[in-house]
Amino acid sequence: MTTTDILWGVLRIVLIFSAVMGLVAYMTLMERRFLGFFQLRLGPNRVGPGGLLQPIADGIKLLFKEDMTVSHANRFWFRLAPAIALVSVLACFAVVPASPSIVVADIPVAVLYLLALSSLGVYGILLAGWSSNNKYSLLGGLRAAAQLISYEIPLALSIVGVLILAGSMSLVGIVKAQEGLWFVVKQPLGFLLFLVCVSAETNRTPFDLLECENELVAGYQTEYSSMKFGLFYMAEYAHILLASCLVSLFFLGGWNGPLLPAPLWLLGKVFFVFALFIWVRATFPRVRYDQLMGFSWKVLLPLAFVNLMVTAALTVALS
Amino acid sequence: MNTDTLSLNLGPQHPSTHGVLRVVLELDGETVIDARPDIGFLHRGIEKLAEHRTYHQIIVLTDRLDYLAALSNNLAYVLTVEKLMDLEVPRRARYVRAALAELQRIASHLFWLGTHAHDLGAMTPLFYALREREALMDIFENLSGSRLTPSFLRVGGLAADIDERFVESVRNFTDTFQGRVDEYETLLTQNPIWRSRTKGVGVLDAGQCIRLGISGPMLRSAGVPLDLRKTQPYSCYDEFHFEIPTGKAGDVYDRYLVRIREMRESARIARQAVDGLPEGPWTAAGSPPVFPAKEDLKHNITAVIRHFGLVMEGMKPPPGEVYHAVESPRGELGFYLVSDGGPYPVRLKVRPPSFVNLQGLVKMVRGRLLADVVAVIGAVDIVLAEVDR
Repeated sequence: MTTTDILWGVLRIVLIFSAVMGLVAYMTLMERRFLGFFQLRLGPNRVGPGGLLQPIADGIKLLFKEDMTVSHANRFWFRLAPAIALVSVLACFAVVPASPSIVVADIPVAVLYLLALSSLGVYGILLAGWSSNNKYSLLGGLRAAAQLISYEIPLALSIVGVLILAGSMSLVGIVKAQEGLWFVVKQPLGFLLFLVCVSAETNRTPFDLLECENELVAGYQTEYSSMKFGLFYMAEYAHILLASCLVSLFFLGGWNGPLLPAPLWLLGKVFFVFALFIWVRATFPRVRYDQLMGFSWKVLLPLAFVNLMVTAALTVALS
Repeated sequence: MNTDTLSLNLGPQHPSTHGVLRVVLELDGETVIDARPDIGFLHRGIEKLAEHRTYHQIIVLTDRLDYLAALSNNLAYVLTVEKLMDLEVPRRARYVRAALAELQRIASHLFWLGTHAHDLGAMTPLFYALREREALMDIFENLSGSRLTPSFLRVGGLAADIDERFVESVRNFTDTFQGRVDEYETLLTQNPIWRSRTKGVGVLDAGQCIRLGISGPMLRSAGVPLDLRKTQPYSCYDEFHFEIPTGKAGDVYDRYLVRIREMRESARIARQAVDGLPEGPWTAAGSPPVFPAKEDLKHNITAVIRHFGLVMEGMKPPPGEVYHAVESPRGELGFYLVSDGGPYPVRLKVRPPSFVNLQGLVKMVRGRLLADVVAVIGAVDIVLAEVDR
């Protein structure tokens, strides 16, 4: 490996990291504006033209807030937790391609890597809940652990169908296999399962039980302030961005599309999926904890198995 | 394995306890083993304060009981005083009072709907419900200059006559309101998540409700069609056509349905009241305890003296005790007054529906999950200002 290779690698990391963080910042704005429109109000539109500088203002505000650590917290884990949450998500973007060439690392086991790293994020939440030494945080952390582990399984199973069809675990390979026909057509059930599971994984309504303000005040984030809270917030939106990217890459043909350049197509699809998440958030109430677990184990898991069996059987029969 | 229970302090500064209710929960995991409600954080001694106010001054205190339904409180109070003094109120005033009470019921139920849905994680109905409530607040503001505390009713009638603008705005509101309720129902009634969160949660059957003294939508959701507007009509309610919605199961979902239908019925009543509004006086200005008409004050010396007396001393009802109740948005709201013939009541006791309805809370949440506690508190529809007084 030459110096140029290393430099080029670092540059790609920096570029993709900046792109991701920029998108994350503007996703918060988009969500707030969109929710505003759903709810007969305007959303933030005062800072900059149309509110475009709002994320920057929010960032500055968070930085200058007093960074409090409650005295009864377990300081080491309390400080580490937000970092774990954010880093585990950001590391996932290393294998997410924006086009066949724009990717930090196109590794052959990208899907495994993604599943492994994204599930690390639960440690951040669990540790935050436990180390805050607050009952609401603890309940939020416990819910997080149970929920994320339960939804990991149908999530992984729902992608296996895609992997069978694509015959590859590299995200670039999966998207290349969708030239012509998107997997959402061949895997409609897998698509729906994946969509439901990722919204549970990213703690979106109707599965936002870990921080539901109406029961747990703010769940695992209750005792966090300033940029530590900001890190959780960024981790959450980075996770949603990741989920939107994965839905687009696995099922909506990634960057495949006529005329426009590849990254734009992907961006458009990510935008669409994210808008779908916002729409769901504006529409649905929250499920209850026991219903959430029952739904995962009794409905999603069997369906994911059925989907897997049918896909495998058909693939063998047709080949 | 030996496990400890977790005692969790829900409130008084918790987003979902609707004010300053404190409930100490014993949790086993997320299951509620026991709940101990703790009230009194908003106690202002309104009943005691009333013993040092004239009957006229107490009206503004009643605003501060159930601040989401101030006009219902005004109505219950002035009706009680009128009963004590055996005062006949003109029909026009009674019609306007009924219309206002029903609009207030809608406003109160809208606020309940929005916050209750928000407690269960549905954000959007809150904003829709507040849009309509805002229209009602505008009506109250145009009428009395105040949104939350109108104090518009007086012993013997109203504070002022209503104008054409009021009638017009009520008509506009009732024209569009049924469609707006359809919107809320689209978001919630058939929504599987909403149903799974509310059906079978917080069940109190008719017998339990009656034993606890629970009234209002909670009682009606258990299938008992008891509504004071029908059983003991006041303020011309016997002249309006409306139905009493009832439920069957007595759970959170049925309470939701009952309140939704009540809003529709209330809109019908308010419409009938403004459409059939009788002409005539709006206050019983001739009676001794009622303020004389403004124009009389310029020409009539006895009117001036009477006005002076009412302001400086207050009205003096005959000695006696009286209880009168109305159907407030939350249930039976009653006032019990004891008079010794002086200008201040010897005792004023409020029968607050929120306080009585809250008694069912522990029964409803024991053995349920933490998330159900929030649903149940929301469905009781308490206003802590009324619970604590």
